[in-house]
Amino acid sequence: MSETAEKVKKIVVEHLGVEEAKVTPEASFIDDLGADSLDTVELVMAFEEAFGVEIPDDAAEKITTVKDAIDYIEKQKAA
Amino acid sequence: MFDLTGKVALVTGATGGIGEAIAKALHAQGATVAITGRRESELARVAESLGGARVIVAPADLADPAAPAALVEKIEAEAGSLDILVNNAGFTRDMLALRMGDADWNAVLEVDLNAPFRLARAALRGMMKKRWGRVVSIASIVGVTGNAGQANYAAAKAGLIGMSKSLAQEVATRGVTVNVVAPGFVKTAMTDALPEAARTALLSRIPTQRMGSPEDVAAAVVYLASPEAGWVTGQTLHVNGGMAMF
Repeated sequence: MSETAEKVKKIVVEHLGVEEAKVTPEASFIDDLGADSLDTVELVMAFEEAFGVEIPDDAAEKITTVKDAIDYIEKQKAA
Repeated sequence: MFDLTGKVALVTGATGGIGEAIAKALHAQGATVAITGRRESELARVAESLGGARVIVAPADLADPAAPAALVEKIEAEAGSLDILVNNAGFTRDMLALRMGDADWNAVLEVDLNAPFRLARAALRGMMKKRWGRVVSIASIVGVTGNAGQANYAAAKAGLIGMSKSLAQEVATRGVTVNVVAPGFVKTAMTDALPEAARTALLSRIPTQRMGSPEDVAAAVVYLASPEAGWVTGQTLHVNGGMAMF
């Protein structure tokens, strides 16, 4: 697992208070991890802070799974 | 009841009047109080009257759009958290609408409505993380009734009420409440500026037949800031001697 993936996973576990095993790449924040809309906003803000990237609203809307988040952040960091 | 020991509160416009009374009342309940305003000498006076302990003096000009976030950051860094935000700062620039320029309108909206929003936005994040927080904004009776000569001020105060109801719904699941206290005519420098005839006319419309004191308003803020008021959110508590009953 990449460093980004590890970090994303850690943030998700911390913010949503879910078991680490549940945070699979395919896991949906809302459907699988019990997040509400406010949680997703908090998660996006936590990602922004942790990785020093900006995630605009239209991009944030498309980040619904753990993998979405990892892919977006890795793309931003590569750019 | 209403014990605020261990809580950190920020009171804007704490240089006198209602803000000073709120700072003192929260402090008396055990809170650490950060006081802000533009006049540093007045802040120093208020800090001294609080005894110096559990007080943070943080001068700021809320007309500066960058000030609110910096203020919240400073308090969170110094005190460890910000649990209670009291949006009290405000000013009037009264004139009939026909004479009211854009600058007169905007200046009042900037400090009386935009700054409270920016402060709430900055403060809510930490409150949500801690699963506890209180936002109390001081509006005014004229935000509900309107008042000739105060289109800007009344719009800003009505705006605080709508803003608070929306924020209350957004953060309710996080243990954060957002409420408004709407004072009627309270004896402060702001109302001392009224002509004698206007004051007499006002008194005749107040069933309790006295003007309010800053402490009357502060007591309402203490209640809404307290753990006991956790099931009260999105509300406007009118403190006006019965002048208007909603």
